[in-house]
Amino acid sequence: MKAVCWMGKENIQVHDVPDPRILNPRDAIVRVTRTAICGSDLHLYDGYVPTLEQGDILGHEFMGEVVEIGPGIDKKKLKVGDRVVVPFTIACGHCFSCEEKLWSLCDNSNPNAWFAEKMMGYSPSGLFGYTHMLGGYAGGQAQYARVPFADVGPIKIPDGLSDDQVLFLSDIFPTGYMAAENCNIKSGDTVAIWGCGPVGQFAIRSAFMLGAGRVIAIDHVQDRLALASAAGAETLNFEEVNTLDALRDLTGNRGPDSCMDAVGMEAFGHGALYLYDRIKQALRMETDRPVVIRECIQACKKGGTVSIPGVYAGFDDTIPLGALMNKALTLKTGQTHMMRYMAPLLKRIQAGEIDPSFVISHRLPLADAPEAYKIFRDKEDHCTKVVLDPWAEGAVAA
Amino acid sequence: MSPSLQKTDQNNQRLAVMLGCGLALYGLSRRSKTGIAIAAAGAAVALAGRQTGPKTYSAHASFTINCSPEDAYRFWRDLENLPLFMHHLESVRVTGDLSDWVALGPMNTRVHWAAEIVDDQENQSIAWRSLPGSDLSNSGSVSFHPGTGGRGTIIAATMVYTSPGGALGRTAALLMGRHPEFALREDLRRFKSLLETGEIPTTKGQSHGPRGIHGQASQVLLREKQNMPAPPLEHEDESHSNLVLRRSA
Ligand SMILES: NC(=O)c1ccc[n+]([C@@H]2O[C@H](COP(=O)([O-])OP(=O)(O)OC[C@H]3O[C@@H](n4cnc5c(N)ncnc54)[C@H](O)[C@@H]3O)[C@@H](O)[C@H]2O)c1
Ligand SMILES: [Zn+2]
Ligand SMILES: [Zn+2]
Repeated sequence: MKAVCWMGKENIQVHDVPDPRILNPRDAIVRVTRTAICGSDLHLYDGYVPTLEQGDILGHEFMGEVVEIGPGIDKKKLKVGDRVVVPFTIACGHCFSCEEKLWSLCDNSNPNAWFAEKMMGYSPSGLFGYTHMLGGYAGGQAQYARVPFADVGPIKIPDGLSDDQVLFLSDIFPTGYMAAENCNIKSGDTVAIWGCGPVGQFAIRSAFMLGAGRVIAIDHVQDRLALASAAGAETLNFEEVNTLDALRDLTGNRGPDSCMDAVGMEAFGHGALYLYDRIKQALRMETDRPVVIRECIQACKKGGTVSIPGVYAGFDDTIPLGALMNKALTLKTGQTHMMRYMAPLLKRIQAGEIDPSFVISHRLPLADAPEAYKIFRDKEDHCTKVVLDPWAEGAVAA
Repeated sequence: MSPSLQKTDQNNQRLAVMLGCGLALYGLSRRSKTGIAIAAAGAAVALAGRQTGPKTYSAHASFTINCSPEDAYRFWRDLENLPLFMHHLESVRVTGDLSDWVALGPMNTRVHWAAEIVDDQENQSIAWRSLPGSDLSNSGSVSFHPGTGGRGTIIAATMVYTSPGGALGRTAALLMGRHPEFALREDLRRFKSLLETGEIPTTKGQSHGPRGIHGQASQVLLREKQNMPAPPLEHEDESHSNLVLRRSA
């Protein structure tokens, strides 16, 4: 089959590799019909997340048709021929974390848990195509994918919905939704959201669904700001205004009730601290540039909530703990507990409350992945989100 | 081990020390870079020759498992289950009160021993030890305590290995790895996975692109080559569905 392989920093290649096979009783094999590139993949592309290996198959947003199931799967739960969306977090369904519905913290799905424990104390769940520290599982930017614990994660999709409408149940719609839920929104609240990428876009729409009175969206990419205001958000371009001053102004010297970092470890910024972060990151002394976390903590109202869906990988020394503590802020974060949100959000799509395909700007064959990563990273050609078709004509392997 | 074998081993040991010291002296006498290298190599050989006396390795680890003490106890008490999650064990065969253990070492060397259960408290603890005359003298114990407020079962295991001197001793040491505590922790982690999910998570045998030198090296660094459990499907074939111990969700 053809698969998108990480061959090094900024080096993506499509290779012919063996088809995946069932390795454990509760595995399934899915023939991938659609897959997408995520902002999280860009952190890998740019080489900022440790423990990726040359030859790893990338991709954690994918859906398709079940073509094989392991002997441990109850056919009432999943059978060959089912059309499913696969969540990016892998969860066993039986451990303490899974029983508490903390799906992205499953105790049993990371075969390299010992390594994550060295870095974080205890290991979160395994993820598809997202470093060996988080499982080392082959990802879904391929023609087929192996799905472990397939009786827990994949959700069946009813007829009548297109792939493009439901694909983002695999990550960014639930991620934006959980990030908004983590804002503790009370009716009429003001929510400020840094980053109008795909995650930010879904977070803006989810914040309104959860009762926000105002959403203020921050970015510097014009197309993305336009997409945010189309959803009813007020927008700030951080190249044109000082974000902190503007937020103070817009909220009558009160600050937003909650602030969300939907940017992550590669945020852009200004000034001496930003320079300090860039240099440390370039020297690999630090994996992250926590520009946005700093701003969120600073901007947030007293007693407010900071929600961090943006991905960080390492140890940062420039987080204003003084402000966090003295303003009595609540901090909420985590990889998304996918299985909590997939079914209810599918209902919202079916009811016509939202059509997630609004975020797609590019539809390309899998073979164009190397180019696709680049335009998505550089926001070229009005790129907001790329979906890849693994079976489209023109797919030639390297 | 027969007395004559032990003798040869002692001779080999003496030879290694002599050869090593000789090399070291020769190397030093050359007073050059190559000389220093030879001397260092010689010293290493001499040291390796010396370090073959008996050695004791012990390890302790604990894990919380989402099951009752009864389930955990029952699975462990059937000693033939141990190779399913203890990485270095190839098989355990139980005959009455005794059991025969086979461990697999590097390059498919096998170490055998017979063991007996020395203490058995139903649903609480089990202790065993090898019989005199075993290749590898060892003992182990495991306890099962209910977590507070119904939070599963806390299992705690201790293993002690005393390796004999000589070549076999080195095999035993390699068998346990340089970090017996690490090995035991990973065994318990697999025990937990098996009891909670009916399988052990793995990526061994999955597809990937060309690894190159870089990718190969990081696989070794992350122990993905040696430390991964063999997927149960590989040796169980038809009967693998037996491995699904729990009804699914
Ligand atoms: N928690 C999870 O489970 C989860 C899931 C998916 C993605 N993520 C993470 O969410 C983040 C966003 O993902 P995405 O797909 O939207 O990525 P993206 O790269 O497309 O979007 C990031 C946006 O942030 C903007 N930005 C950069 N610096 C900024 C600043 N200082 N202030 C405001 N905006 C700034 C960029 O212009 C860009 O539009 C990433 O870190 C990603 O890894 C987390
Ligand atoms: Zn993602
Ligand atoms: Zn779990």
